[in-house]
Amino acid sequence: MPEAPSTASSAASSTAPSEPRSKALSARDEVPARPDGPALPVPRRIPGEAGVWVFILGDMTMFAAFFGCFVHDRSRHLEVFAWSQAQLKIGFGAVNTCLLLTGSLFVVWAVQAARRDALDTARRFIALAFVCAAVFGVDKLIEWSDKIAHGLTPATNLYYMYFFMFTGLHAVHVMIGMVVLAHLWRLCRRPAQAAAPLSAARLRTLEVGASYWHLVDLLWVVLFALLYLMA
Amino acid sequence: MRYAVRRARSPVTYVWGLLIAATTVSWMLGAHHDILVDSRRAATVGVLLIAFAKVHFVGMHFMELRHAPRALAWTFNAWVVAVCGIVVGLYLAG
Repeated sequence: MPEAPSTASSAASSTAPSEPRSKALSARDEVPARPDGPALPVPRRIPGEAGVWVFILGDMTMFAAFFGCFVHDRSRHLEVFAWSQAQLKIGFGAVNTCLLLTGSLFVVWAVQAARRDALDTARRFIALAFVCAAVFGVDKLIEWSDKIAHGLTPATNLYYMYFFMFTGLHAVHVMIGMVVLAHLWRLCRRPAQAAAPLSAARLRTLEVGASYWHLVDLLWVVLFALLYLMA
Repeated sequence: MRYAVRRARSPVTYVWGLLIAATTVSWMLGAHHDILVDSRRAATVGVLLIAFAKVHFVGMHFMELRHAPRALAWTFNAWVVAVCGIVVGLYLAG
């Protein structure tokens, strides 16, 4: 894969401390290590912005309440839930889990590539993550169509009310995530001055978008277990 | 090429492999729980524990919380432990 760091990268690493990008990188990856001494500890810092973590933890807490309600109601309507769950095809959920996990890996690789100024590689990985999200959406549409064609709708019973509500809410997260990925793809375009690397602000935005995408991933991991696998 | 090899051998790639393997195991536990364990309840508890362990790994490695300030990483892990405890507890009590 041709992705040798451009001269811009080496130029960035040799710029003065006031260079925005060098500030962003020095916080994590570019840990100065003396050739004759032990590696220095990596300074801890918030991935992206503090604000996005308030949103992420808030969203996770909202979903936690949903998870609790689902398991509580499941224990009160065990037969309905067991019958309804048996109508699902676990393969849909499992494939979707693998798609989102793989999309997350691509996003991690994109962030790593952007940090070393391999912007073409970063854009390629963001595009691959977008494809994973799109296939997830198509898979979800097929599954919903199949259920509705068999007369299984949110009005069927409590389980399917939860099923369509949870997966619908999660699908909204996925759609927002696709818009975020499209924005990150644009963000990773080479700036007008060909030699200029991404600014620290753009790298931080990339991390914010990546953190959001991983949130979409982790919520689905729990939904898959609750909706498809509980016995 | 140098970066492609380094990327393939990076910890995050191994974590992704672990997460895919864990998904396969939980799929087997959920779909054919009698193959792996005798008890239906034990299989479900296993599925839930695997799911929340996966969430922990996504947070620490994909979201890079292992490099974040400890308060943020602990808050995230507290969510994982608390929600896992509540879900498993409600399941076993039901």
